Amino acid sequence: MKKLLVYLKDYKKETVLGPLFKLLEASFELIVPLVMAAIIDTGVAAADGSYIMKMCLVLVLLAVIGLVCSVTAQYFAAKAAVGFATKLRHSLFAHIESLSFSEMDTVGTSTLITRMTSDVNQVQNGVNLVLRLFLRSPFIVFGAMVMSFTIDVKAALIFVVAIPLLSVVVFGIMLISIPLYKKVQAALDKVLGITRENLTGSRVIRAFNKEEDEIKSFHENNDILTRVQLYVGRISALMNPLTYVIINGAIVALIWTGAVRVDNGYITQGEVVALVNYMSQILVELVKLANLIININKSIACGNRIQAVFELEPSIRDAAAASGGKTEDGGQSPYAVEFCHTGLTYAGAGEEALTDIDFAVKKGETIGIIGGTGAGKSSVVNLIPRFYDVTAGAVRVDGKDVKEYALDELREKVGVVLQKAVLFHGTIRENLKWGNAEATDEELLRALEISQAKSFVEEKEGGLDFEIEQGGRNLSGGQRQRLTIARALVRRPEILILDDSASALDFATDAALRRAIREMEGETTVFIVSQRAASIQHADRIVVLDDGKIAGLGTSGELLKTCEVYREIYYSQFQKTAGGAEA
Amino acid sequence: MKQESAKRRRTTIRKVLNYIRRYWVYLGLSILLAAVTVALTLYIPILIGEAVDLIVDQGLVDFAGIAAILKQMIVVILLTAAAQWVMNACNNKITYNVIRDIRREAFDKIERLPLKYIDAHSYGEIVSRVIADVDQFADGLLMGFTQFFTGVVTIFGTLIFMLTISVKITVAVVVITPLSLFVASYIAKKTFSMFKLQSETRGEQTAFIEEMVGNQKVVQAFSHEEEALERFDEVNERLRKYSLRAIFFSSLTNPATRFVNSLVYATVGVVGAFLAISGGITVGQLSSLLSYANQYTKPFNEISGVVTELQNALACAGRVFELMEEESEPADAVNAAVLEKADGRVELSNVSFSYTPEQRLIENFNLSVQPGQRVAIVGPTGCGKTTLINLLMRFYDVNSGEIRVSGIPIQKMTRKSLRANYGMVLQETWLRSGTVRENITMGKPDATEEEIIAAAKAAHAHGFIKRLPKGYDTVITEDGGNLSQGQKQLLCITRVMLCLPPMLILDEATSSIDTRTELKIQEAFARMMRGRTSFIVAHRLSTIQEADVILVMRDGSIVEQGRHEELLQKGGFYAKLYNSQFAK
Repeated sequence: MKKLLVYLKDYKKETVLGPLFKLLEASFELIVPLVMAAIIDTGVAAADGSYIMKMCLVLVLLAVIGLVCSVTAQYFAAKAAVGFATKLRHSLFAHIESLSFSEMDTVGTSTLITRMTSDVNQVQNGVNLVLRLFLRSPFIVFGAMVMSFTIDVKAALIFVVAIPLLSVVVFGIMLISIPLYKKVQAALDKVLGITRENLTGSRVIRAFNKEEDEIKSFHENNDILTRVQLYVGRISALMNPLTYVIINGAIVALIWTGAVRVDNGYITQGEVVALVNYMSQILVELVKLANLIININKSIACGNRIQAVFELEPSIRDAAAASGGKTEDGGQSPYAVEFCHTGLTYAGAGEEALTDIDFAVKKGETIGIIGGTGAGKSSVVNLIPRFYDVTAGAVRVDGKDVKEYALDELREKVGVVLQKAVLFHGTIRENLKWGNAEATDEELLRALEISQAKSFVEEKEGGLDFEIEQGGRNLSGGQRQRLTIARALVRRPEILILDDSASALDFATDAALRRAIREMEGETTVFIVSQRAASIQHADRIVVLDDGKIAGLGTSGELLKTCEVYREIYYSQFQKTAGGAEA
Repeated sequence: MKQESAKRRRTTIRKVLNYIRRYWVYLGLSILLAAVTVALTLYIPILIGEAVDLIVDQGLVDFAGIAAILKQMIVVILLTAAAQWVMNACNNKITYNVIRDIRREAFDKIERLPLKYIDAHSYGEIVSRVIADVDQFADGLLMGFTQFFTGVVTIFGTLIFMLTISVKITVAVVVITPLSLFVASYIAKKTFSMFKLQSETRGEQTAFIEEMVGNQKVVQAFSHEEEALERFDEVNERLRKYSLRAIFFSSLTNPATRFVNSLVYATVGVVGAFLAISGGITVGQLSSLLSYANQYTKPFNEISGVVTELQNALACAGRVFELMEEESEPADAVNAAVLEKADGRVELSNVSFSYTPEQRLIENFNLSVQPGQRVAIVGPTGCGKTTLINLLMRFYDVNSGEIRVSGIPIQKMTRKSLRANYGMVLQETWLRSGTVRENITMGKPDATEEEIIAAAKAAHAHGFIKRLPKGYDTVITEDGGNLSQGQKQLLCITRVMLCLPPMLILDEATSSIDTRTELKIQEAFARMMRGRTSFIVAHRLSTIQEADVILVMRDGSIVEQGRHEELLQKGGFYAKLYNSQFAK
C-alpha cells in the first residue's frame, strides 16, 4: 500500500493543505464552548447585553470561518484523492497490458478487472477520508482534553480516564467484529454461489429433479448466514449503549468535581457547562473515528491487492538487443518457422506440456496440426508469436530466435486467430483495422471475402459500419469466427495461425475458407490447428501431436500408413469406406 | 408517470410490511423501547441543567441536591443503555429474519420459474436481485429502524422538552432549522446529476477494461497495447473530471449543515443569555437548551440521509418482489399421471412452437418414434436443434399440438416423472460445486461405490478421476473450473451412465472430447442406447449415420427426415452437408 502513495506525488500541495484546513476548522470548533462559557460568566452574570451580542457575533464569525475552512479542505482532499486514483488507474492499466500470457493465466482476468475498478475506487475513498478526517477526529478528542486542562486540571483528569476507556470500548468492539464481518461475507458468498449455480444449471437440476434438494441446501446456508449476521449484530449493538454509559458517567463525575471546584472558588459555573460540552463533543468524534478506521482498513486491503498486481513482472520482455529497431537479417532463411528441440513447461505445472518438438516449416507451406484435447496443439502455435517463452530449445522465425526480436516486430509478421472468437465494441471496420490501421476498404473487403464473411457483412445494416456490441453478442458464433479470421488477414501476415478457429463453421463453409486461404496471393505460411481431420487433411504436411510429443509428421496419405494416432483420429471421423457401416 | 411510481412504491411498502408483520412482537417492543430511549436521553440534559443551577458560585453549592440529581442521572443512564441495547437487538432480529424470508422465497421462485424466463435474463441480473438487492434492502431497513424512527421521536421529544423550558427559544430554533434541511436537499439535488455522470463514465470505463483486459491475448497478438492505453486515458481523464465534481459537491453537505447547526447554536446561546439576564430562565436551563440545540438539528441531517437510503432500499425490494411475482411454471395438472417407466414410445403430432410470435420456428411437426429407436438431429449451427430437446424435456411447452410419451400426453403427467425417464447430456457441461462423487450421483444418490466406478469406467472417466488429487472425493470448484472442458463432459456422461433412464437425450454430448476418446465413448453409448429410445444432436455426421431417423433442420424448421441412405439418395440439404465433409 505504501508504494502506491507515489501517485500522490503530484498532489503534494493538496495533500498538505487539505488536512491543514480541516485542523483549522476543528480548532475554531473547539473555541465555541469557551465563548459560550464567557457569555454565561461575563454576559449573564453582569447582565451585559452588548457583551452578549459581541460574543454572538464571534460565534457566527467562527461558524463562517469554519465553513470556509472545511469547504477548502474538502476541495483539496477531493482533488488529491481523485487525481491519485486517476494516475493509479493509468499505471495499473499500462502495467496489466504489459503482462504476458502466463501471468494472465495464473492471475485470471476477472481478478484484474476487480483490482482496476472497485479496488481503486475503495482506495480513492480511503485517501479522501484520510485527508479529510483522519487528523480531525483525534485532534478534536485531544483538543477537547487540552482545553479542559486550560479550564481546570483536576476536572480534566476525568477526561484522561474517560478517553482511554472509550477508546478501548470503541476499538475493542471494532476489532472483534471485523473478523466476524468476514465470516458474514463468506456465508453470503456461499448463498450467492448456490443461487448462481441454480441459474446456470437450471436445465440439469430440473432434468434430474433436484429442485427440492437445492431448495433445502439453500435454506440451510441462508439460515447459517442469518445466524452469523445476528451474532455480529448483537456484538455491534453493544457499541452505542456502552459509549453512552461511559460518556454520561463521565459527565456525572464532571458535575460532582465541578461542584466541589466551584465551591472552593477555582472555576465558575460557565466553565462547568463548557466542560460538559467538551465531553459530548468527544463522543461524536470517537464514533466517527471508529468508522473511519474500518474504511481505512478496507482501503489498505484493497491497496495491497493492487500493489500485488504491480509486483507481477511480465515474464516476456523485448530483447535488449532488439530494442534498436528493425533487425537486418530478416528474410534470409528459407524457413519461416523452425522448432528446435522445443520444450514448454507452464508456470506452476509439474509436467512439460510440450516435449522435444522439432520441425522446420518452409515459407509458403501449409501445416496442419492435429491431436486430442490437451495434446499441446495450441501450445505449439502460441510459441511462434512468443506468447509464452520456451523452457527448452528454441523457436526461430525467419532464421532468427524469437527472443531476439522486438515483440512488436515479431507479432507484426504473425496473424493469429485464437480459439475464442473475440470482437470488440465498435464497427466492423474498426475491428478489422486492428490488423492494420492503414488498411483501405478494398483491403478490408478482400479479407472478408477470403474469410467467407463478405456476404453476411454486406447484409448487415451499414455493412462495414455495422456496430458490434460488446463481446460480439449481436453476431452468431460462426460470424464472429469469420470476422476474427478476416481481422488477422487484414494485416497480410507472413505467418497465419488458425487455432481451431473454424469450429463453429459448418463443413461447407470451413472447406470454402480453406480453399480461399490456399489461393491467397503472396507467400503466406499457414498453420491450421484442428480436431477435425477434414480441416487439415489437405495441408502440405501434418504434425500429429500426442501428449505433448510429435507422434507423426507428413502428408495425410503418409501418416495413414505410418502413424497409429493419426489413423485412429482419421477413422473416428471418416468411415473406412464412404457409406460403410461401422460405429 | 410520477403517480405510477408512487403507487408502485406504496405497494412495495405494503409487501415489506407483510414480511415485517410476522415479527410484530419484536416490532412493537422496538417501537416502545425507541420511545423510552429517546425520552430518557432527552431527560438527561434537564437533569444536568438542574445540577448546574445548584452550582452557583463559591460557597453557594447545594451538595445534597446535586447528589440526589446525580443518583437519578445514573439510574436514567443505565436504563437508557439497557433499552438501547434491547432495541438494537430487536431491530437486528427483525431485519435479518425478514431478509432471510425474502431470500428463501426468491430462491424457491427461481426453482419454479419457467426456463423461458431464465434463458431470457442474464444470470448476473437475477443473482444481483437475490443477493445485492436484498442486502441493500437490509441495510436500508436497519438504518430506517435505528435512525429514522428514533430521529423523528427525538425531534418531537426535543421540541416538547424545549417548550417546557422556554417557548421563545423553541420558536427561534424551529424557525432556523428548516434552513438546514433546505441546504441539504439543495446540495443533494445538485449532486445527483454529477453522480449520474460519474457512474455513467465509470460504467464506460469498466466496460472498456473488461474488453481489453478480458481479451488481453488478442490485444497483444495485434500489438494494440498503446492504442488501448490512449483510449483508456481519454476515458480516465473524463472520469477524473466528473469524479472531482461529484465528490467535492457531495462533500459540501456536511460543512453546510454544520454551519446551520452553528447558527442555531449561536441563536439559542444569545436568546437564552438575554432571557437569563431578564430572569426568564436559569443558567442550568440555558445549558440544557444548548445541548438540545445540538441534538435537535442532528436528526434532521440523519433523516435526510435515511430517506435516500430508504428510497433506495424500497427500489431494491421492488426489484426482488418483481422477480418473486414472475409467473411460475404452470403447475402439473391436478390429476397428472405419474410416468413409472416409459416404454420408449414418443409421438409428436402437429407440434408448433416458437420462442417469439414474430419468428416462427417449428410448425406442424409430426414424428413417431418406436421404442428403442435412435433419432438424430442434424443441421448447421443455430438452426434450432436444441429447441426440440427443450420441448421433449418440457423445459418449454408447445404452442399447439401434442407430445406423447408411452401414449400419454406429456402435459398430463408430472414433470418430475417425465424428466426422470430421460437421461440428458448437454453440450454446455454443468457441474455443481461439490465432490466428483456428488456430481456423478446426482441422478441416483444411493448408488454404491461399485456402480459409480462401473459408470465412470464406461464413460472413460475413471482414469482421470483416479489421477485427481483426492480421486472421487476431489472437490470441484464452481462450474468445474479446475477441470478441462473434455473432462467435465466425461463427468456429465458418467452421471447419465449411472442412472440409465429408459430414454436418452445427447445434445452434442461429446463435442469437447477428442475424437479418439469419443470413439470409445460412442461404443459405450451404443451399448447404453440398445433398447433405449434416444435423441442425438450432433455436429459430426459420422456419429449419426446409423440412426433410425435423421431429422435435418435448417433455420429452425425440419427440412428433411429419413434414414441416412434415403437422405443421401434424395440429394438434398443433408447430402450437401454430408459431402462438404469431404470437400477438397
